[in-house]
Amino acid sequence: MSQSHRIDGGQIDRSRTFRFRFDGVGYNGHPGDTLASALLANGVRLMGRSFKYHRPRGPMTAGSEEPNALVELRTGARQEPNTRATVAELFDGMRAQSQNRWPSLRFDALSVNDRLNTFFTAGFYYKTFMWPAAFWEKVYEPIIRRAAGLGSLSAKHDPDVYDKGFLHCDLLVIGAGPAGLMATLTAGRAGLRVILADEDFRMGGRLNAETFTIGDQSGAGWAEATVAELASLPNVRLMPRTTVIGAFDHGVYGAVERVADHLPEPAPGQPRQILWRIYAGRTVLAGGATERPIAFPDNDRPGILLAGALRAYANRWGVAVGKRVAVFTNNDDGWRTAHDLAAKGIEVVAVIDPREDGPEAGSLRAIRGGEVVATKGRLGLTEITVRSGKGRLETLRVEALGVSGGWNPNVNITSHHRSRPVWDEDIAAFVPGAGGPPGLMAAGAAAGRLSTHGALASGQAAALEVAEALGKQATADTLPQAEDAPVNIRPLWQVAKEGRAWIDQQNDVTVKDVKLAHQENFTSVEHLKRYTTLGMATDQGKTGNVLGLAIMAELTGRSIPETGTTIYRPPYTPVAMGALAGRSRGREFKPFRLTPSHKWATEQGAVFVEVGMWLRAQWFPRPGETHWRQSVDREVLQTRKSVGICDVTTLGKIDIQGTDAGAFLNRVYANTFATLPVGKCRYGLMLREDGIVYDDGTTARMGENEYVMTTTTANAVGVFRHLEYCRQCLWPDMDVQIISTTEAWAQFSVAGPNARNLLEKIVDQDISDAAFPYMGAGNVTVCGGLRARLFRISFSGELAYEIAVPTRYGDALIRRLVAEGKEFDAVVYGTEALGVMRVEKGHVAGNELNGQTTALNMGLGKMVSKKKDSIGMVLSQREGMVTEDGLRLVGVKPVKPDGKLEAGSHFLPIGARPVLANDGGWLTSKVYSPHLGCDIALGYLKGGTDKIGQRMRAVNLLTGLDTEVEIVSPHFFDPEGERLRG
Amino acid sequence: MAEHGLKPLCALGEAAPKAVTIGPVTITERADVALASLAPRRGREDEVRAKAAGIGLPLPGPAAAQAGAPLGAVWLTPEIWLVEAPFDSHEDILGHLKPVFGDAASITEQTDAWVRLDVTGRDLPRLFERLCNVDLAEVPDGFATRTVIEHLGVTLIRRSAGEVTLYGPRSSAGSLLHALEVAAVSAF
Repeated sequence: MSQSHRIDGGQIDRSRTFRFRFDGVGYNGHPGDTLASALLANGVRLMGRSFKYHRPRGPMTAGSEEPNALVELRTGARQEPNTRATVAELFDGMRAQSQNRWPSLRFDALSVNDRLNTFFTAGFYYKTFMWPAAFWEKVYEPIIRRAAGLGSLSAKHDPDVYDKGFLHCDLLVIGAGPAGLMATLTAGRAGLRVILADEDFRMGGRLNAETFTIGDQSGAGWAEATVAELASLPNVRLMPRTTVIGAFDHGVYGAVERVADHLPEPAPGQPRQILWRIYAGRTVLAGGATERPIAFPDNDRPGILLAGALRAYANRWGVAVGKRVAVFTNNDDGWRTAHDLAAKGIEVVAVIDPREDGPEAGSLRAIRGGEVVATKGRLGLTEITVRSGKGRLETLRVEALGVSGGWNPNVNITSHHRSRPVWDEDIAAFVPGAGGPPGLMAAGAAAGRLSTHGALASGQAAALEVAEALGKQATADTLPQAEDAPVNIRPLWQVAKEGRAWIDQQNDVTVKDVKLAHQENFTSVEHLKRYTTLGMATDQGKTGNVLGLAIMAELTGRSIPETGTTIYRPPYTPVAMGALAGRSRGREFKPFRLTPSHKWATEQGAVFVEVGMWLRAQWFPRPGETHWRQSVDREVLQTRKSVGICDVTTLGKIDIQGTDAGAFLNRVYANTFATLPVGKCRYGLMLREDGIVYDDGTTARMGENEYVMTTTTANAVGVFRHLEYCRQCLWPDMDVQIISTTEAWAQFSVAGPNARNLLEKIVDQDISDAAFPYMGAGNVTVCGGLRARLFRISFSGELAYEIAVPTRYGDALIRRLVAEGKEFDAVVYGTEALGVMRVEKGHVAGNELNGQTTALNMGLGKMVSKKKDSIGMVLSQREGMVTEDGLRLVGVKPVKPDGKLEAGSHFLPIGARPVLANDGGWLTSKVYSPHLGCDIALGYLKGGTDKIGQRMRAVNLLTGLDTEVEIVSPHFFDPEGERLRG
Repeated sequence: MAEHGLKPLCALGEAAPKAVTIGPVTITERADVALASLAPRRGREDEVRAKAAGIGLPLPGPAAAQAGAPLGAVWLTPEIWLVEAPFDSHEDILGHLKPVFGDAASITEQTDAWVRLDVTGRDLPRLFERLCNVDLAEVPDGFATRTVIEHLGVTLIRRSAGEVTLYGPRSSAGSLLHALEVAAVSAF
């Protein structure tokens, strides 16, 4: 299709043509176009439908503030809804679809909503969907969900990758218009490290959209030359296509760089977008200003644009939105549009200015004191009706109307730390107030300096101030000549005329809605926002908010500053969820930790389980085993019969040294450690301040002032952090040094009646029961000289050791253990078998150490020594925690051997109703014991110790389980501990 | 081969250290360094400094690393250093250090607690700005800091403009290398 509305000029590359499709129709555009400019160049004004009334809409702006021209960009898995056509950089082969319409953009069945607008006023949902309550979830919500929303998701996995990154600078300049460029130039020439970030793909800001000059160059030419100089400075980083989305704490700014959005698809490995965290010493916000509309009846038709956008399309993109246009402006800036368009040969039929004293009209027809009171054109503007100052109505046939109600400085980021903007009567707009993010200052239009000279001067002044603050010499070069027109404006918010006049076009908020909010006493801006949804759409009310609150001010009789604004929050413009997630998705959500035997286990076909970040072998299937229980039962039985080997490297290991190390342990453990002899280890119980059990493990005394503590896998990091806190903050005078050695040692449990026989083939020293008794610990060597540590401890209830070697030898050691174990038919077991054996033995683990339970609950109350002070000791003796009938750890067996148990089931007396009053406690861990041939479980039962031998029920209302059980000792297996001392 | 005959594996799971080149950057696994933490016992800091000087062990100040032959050191936290030594000659690093410092310092073997990756090449800041919040372009040679790369606590040392050493948790060596690789592909 020909580019029927393309005119001369602009910063597009006409030497190349891009082909693209919108709603299946092919069009041509050029590099430098946005989707919106290319469609407008092809005479397409209708690009979307509004949210609520499904009104036909075209672009209202030429920038990121766009409320209307939202499309689904790309197809398949890369389809992205709610993309602003006004900032979507055109590429060859682009595919875009309109959204929120059915069956087509031109004929949308849901536009019936527009006919029913009387019912869809503000508060419609709150008033309509109240009764009956039973309809809320089943009827109303599905209906509302179906009708709501704009674009649709593909529901496919995003094929692109997203990165994150960190940048540092002396000065961050946000926005590359005249103020931002001048600030960067001044600071850059002074040698400051500067980052200049701009959301546009072409730096220059409004200079690219205007016709005035800077010095002896065009504005765009000056911008291009300045960018070229900045690019040559090694201390300046130019970041186009980068939106600063927010000011966070301590000089940190968030920014999203669109690396590949202007390409058909990213190169392999190239991220689509990068979320940058920018650490800025100082920041200059030069984000410009956003034009605001005037509310008049039917001011939302395709072809009605903000005046600045209308001339931006002509000047930057060589596009005449309409061939006959009018301008409706209450300020002198709007007249620029009329002059620029006329100079390009576009027919300007009139400039309607509600003021009587606007600028000289020259050859233009001015309707002074006039207002636009009506418009026509179902799918695009065809005519406007103007009421002159004398009340005469006149209809003008036009294809486009430029509207200007004034310019709002983009104060958003200055308010991200809750600073409130202040009203400036001179420009009839809010400007940044005091108390913004420390180190941030605004310049140029963002600071209310709306002339080009004002922008250049304030940009330079800001940079000079930053340089001085940072102790750098900067030069105030002579500024080039630039226009310095004053702001002449007489505020006009709404035209007094019946009819629906739009304020927030994306959320379909009209003057009528604001009036209704006022009538129903929702007059605070915060209430106004929520009652009418003003400013709550994806554009966050960039064009509508000030207009809405000004109209509310008129209604209440309060001033605009008294009415105030809502809080601006990050992000400045919408951010893709992918950019926030970065690489943290799927298998890359977090790193993995691999055990020293991982390679060997993989070779054996082990089934792995994630334990925190660790991948641990859960069981090792053998040929012929078709069910995991077969593997686990075999591993348990073989360990108990002969010997089993298990990688227990994941348990936390902390080296604790120093002359006060023993005293330190005495304070962090509830039980006594000062008396532990060298060469021995002891089970330790660690409490939180509140007396609840935090962690457990064994600690070995390796030397006079040297200990090795083990922790649970889950709490390894937490316990280390806790010990550091104790060492640094609670008792800084103690001579204690700690460091983690979890990763330094590969540690294997060797358990079972033949454990010693196997280890004797490996350990170079005498490890007979006499030489290395139960709970012994020490440094040894293995395999003829490799340094190792040996601990005689057991989690399985068997004669057991844990042997540790430097991690690099872990793989070799397990291979050696397996090889040497062949004569004993040794088995390697995983975490499932480990769990079975510890439950059979009645050892507590994570399910029992759940942050709710005390040592007394676990049957370990006597371990809490009252002869010394330790963390949690005092509070563990609180009245409610030491009651005789409190929870106690018990063992549970089904009365019938084939009875099933489930962890999480609750204890109920036989015959009792399953209500809270009858609840006796719960089952924490359940396994199938191949030793006993039935399910067994541990559980916390009220007064449990006294109930051993009694029968109860284990009831799970979620699964329907109701099993009669016998309460037994938690030590199902070898209760006297004869095997482990063997 | 030592008498024990046990074959070591490198942190990345192979018998030999890995090396990967992506664009201008090469990532090299180092398995030839023995490590130990050295922390003076309370009140014996000066004694430890004197003993360290006696064996040519540098003890750099905060946020610094200093190479030496055969011993170098990295400042980890107040009064704790990571001592680096050639693995071949110092595999039993405690056997070398404990006799020197006696009970004046707490010394713990750390050799296999870490994976060491040396990253060399030009334009390293472009890679590391995708990985961590260290301002690599600005910090001096010999700068050392604890930082986080893809959830992993890492000690980063800038040896020179073209060489960075990373000590990351050994069990996550593969994940750390993967993070570096994808960032390098992305950055270059």
